[in-house]
Amino acid sequence: MTSTSLRRHKATGTLVVLGALLATGVGYAAVTSVAEASAPATAASATLVEEGRQLYLEGCATCHGLGAQGINDGSSYGPSLIGVGAAAVDFQVATGRMPLAAPANQAPRKPPVYTPEQIEALAAYVASLGPGPAIPTEDQYDSSDADLAEGGELFRTNCAQCHNAAGKGGALSEGRYAPTLMNATPKEIYEAMLTGPQNMPNFPDSTMPEEQKQAIIAFVEHLQSGDSPGGFALGSLGPVTEGVFIWTAGLGLLLAAAVWIGAKVR
Amino acid sequence: MSIIVNEAGKAISRADQRMPISSLLKANMRKIFPDHWSFMLGEIALYSFIILMLTGVYLTVWFKPSMAEIIYAGSYEPLVGIHMSEAYASTLDISFEVRGGLLIRQIHHWAALFFMAAMIVHMFRIFFTGAFRKPRELNWVIGASMFLIVLLEGFAGYSLPDDLLSGVGVRIVAGIVEAIPVVGTYLMFFIFGGEFPGNDFISRLYTFHVLLMPGILLALIGIHLVLIFYHKHTQYPGAGRTNTNVVGYPLFPVYVAKAGGFFFVVFGVTTLIAALVTINPVWNYGPYVPDQVTAGSQPDWYIGFLDGMLRAMPNWETVIGSYTISWNIFLPGVVMPGILTFALILYPFIEGWITGDEREHHILDRPRNRPVRTGIGAAVIAFYGILVINGANDVIAITFNLSINQLIWFTRIGIFVVPPLVFWATHRFCIGLQRRDREKLLHGYESGEVLRLPHGEFIEIHKPISDEEKAVILAKEAIAPLPAPPETDENGVATPGLRGKRLRARLSRLYFGDDVATPTPAEIAEAEHHAHELHDHEVAELESAGKDVPANLP
Repeated sequence: MTSTSLRRHKATGTLVVLGALLATGVGYAAVTSVAEASAPATAASATLVEEGRQLYLEGCATCHGLGAQGINDGSSYGPSLIGVGAAAVDFQVATGRMPLAAPANQAPRKPPVYTPEQIEALAAYVASLGPGPAIPTEDQYDSSDADLAEGGELFRTNCAQCHNAAGKGGALSEGRYAPTLMNATPKEIYEAMLTGPQNMPNFPDSTMPEEQKQAIIAFVEHLQSGDSPGGFALGSLGPVTEGVFIWTAGLGLLLAAAVWIGAKVR
Repeated sequence: MSIIVNEAGKAISRADQRMPISSLLKANMRKIFPDHWSFMLGEIALYSFIILMLTGVYLTVWFKPSMAEIIYAGSYEPLVGIHMSEAYASTLDISFEVRGGLLIRQIHHWAALFFMAAMIVHMFRIFFTGAFRKPRELNWVIGASMFLIVLLEGFAGYSLPDDLLSGVGVRIVAGIVEAIPVVGTYLMFFIFGGEFPGNDFISRLYTFHVLLMPGILLALIGIHLVLIFYHKHTQYPGAGRTNTNVVGYPLFPVYVAKAGGFFFVVFGVTTLIAALVTINPVWNYGPYVPDQVTAGSQPDWYIGFLDGMLRAMPNWETVIGSYTISWNIFLPGVVMPGILTFALILYPFIEGWITGDEREHHILDRPRNRPVRTGIGAAVIAFYGILVINGANDVIAITFNLSINQLIWFTRIGIFVVPPLVFWATHRFCIGLQRRDREKLLHGYESGEVLRLPHGEFIEIHKPISDEEKAVILAKEAIAPLPAPPETDENGVATPGLRGKRLRARLSRLYFGDDVATPTPAEIAEAEHHAHELHDHEVAELESAGKDVPANLP
């Protein structure tokens, strides 16, 4: 076979294109993986995406569609996941909100169904569909240098109207709600602000820079510490539980005393 | 020793020559008061007021009623460097810097909740037992006025710290004032010294809270107590108790000891609660900023029913030209509270007019013997309860996984459906109890002793009730409903005011028409004649079978 015949072989074009694609893909993956992690991860991330795709098809495609393009046909609904980013997947799946146990106004927090490795694979697959916020790194949500008081001010301005000033959560319309923040981790809080899950608006870095997010995380951690200078906090739910307390325990004690004092001595 | 006694005696006699102390004491220290635990509910309110005055004075020493903006530099780290009013900053200082300040603040606030709760329970005791009837109508009016003043007083105190929670409440009040047609906006500007929030309302509210309203309350409490003294205390029916006597113990020493002790019980319980349980953690809420709000913003519980009305109201508005009447705020915020206030204050006169009762009453009614009044009271509790629930609907929704919209619809429908049902059920229940009373009086109570007759029949032995119980049941007054007015008098002249009189007769029939008659003395004598636990033929049967006839037969 001459070189000419090789060039003229009918499979040549296809092979060249395939070869070029492979070279570009591997090269691109190598370049990007240098930025992200070490070289062995290159091969791993390709398999990770594939592993994620398998998990996706088993657990998520029923609602979100085979291509993650979303379904909204009246009988079932799942939003498109193209471009939501790894952070959204990590938040929804690691907090157990996804997969949904049953259709509801809102996905409740529950023990996660997937292992951390599986969540990583799912996140890698969804991230591969389109550009979106990545999972934040530890130093992004590290609040150790943040300003606590500024965090409080930001929290009251941006968060308290739904999550309550003490982070205890609050009701929204039609059975929806802003959940309590008492068991949210710094990573989850950061991801939630970044991606705006469910009814929550999102706070991208353009409107709320990283330091402000860290300050808010610092304030939520302060709320979580449960520090209550005044004694039992009655759930920090405000005057409602205070009223319940005075009508039950409080008045109960005084009425018991009144009955005791008013009792006839025999 | 004798020198001290002599000197003390001289001092007293010197004072007595100038003021009639000993004769006053002599006349009043042995005054008799009846004994019952429910007569102490008002005392809880009175003692809470004393605790509020004592702790309030302590708080005024450090509280700064000023809306001047400062930067917080105290010891509560999460707020350091935040802009806030002096009022809020000084509340934080009272909580974190002043020795005992947080405890005193919490005693003050818990005592306020006790004050309102005790007043409500006390008022229902007065209501259900008919203690507001002649000659005590005026004291009811005074008590109801105090209740309304304390409602405002409590809200003022809740608002003074100028925290985010109370600021939202003040904003709602500003909105309610604005909703009054025509004058609303002017009135709001007048109260707040300009646009909301302005720089004035904390200092103005402060004057009302620490000076004006406590002063009025003090005066009214004085009159309230003097009237109790003057009218003598009512008593529950019982053996030996009549409308013209008071059976009980003397003020000194019995009630001086009991009431004095109870004051310390109330103070002790309030302090214990304040030491253990947080109330109004203002540091959680942050300073009031008009563009901030916290989920679960609530008023203190006693304002909750007003908030509940506001939350339940559909969004009705009328636009006339460029002018809007906000019925959605005006009706639940102004009109309904006004109607409820009048109904509360005027109830004794309304009932008096309906029943045509002009006699003095010193023996209390048993609630079952006035089914309509008891039914009204129960319906009011249901009405109030639904509104309180709706006032807390967001907290209930998040706590019990409910929909806030469903809770609002429950309120909108329930507020019209539930109170009438409660009225009807309570009314029936009272009449059932009246019938049981009559039964007990005529046939005794079911003793639980079951006897088997020789021919196999089982019968339960009824025994006569005690004389005390008889006296309680017999104390019920039989009141006939007013007769329907004649359309014309004997000369054929139409009765003046026929419509009003007809309405009155109809209402009177509602009040007393279902009354179960108390047995007459003749009926009781007749029943006693037949009051064998066993019928004659049953006794004969036992005797012929050679069995023992129970010894307790009359």
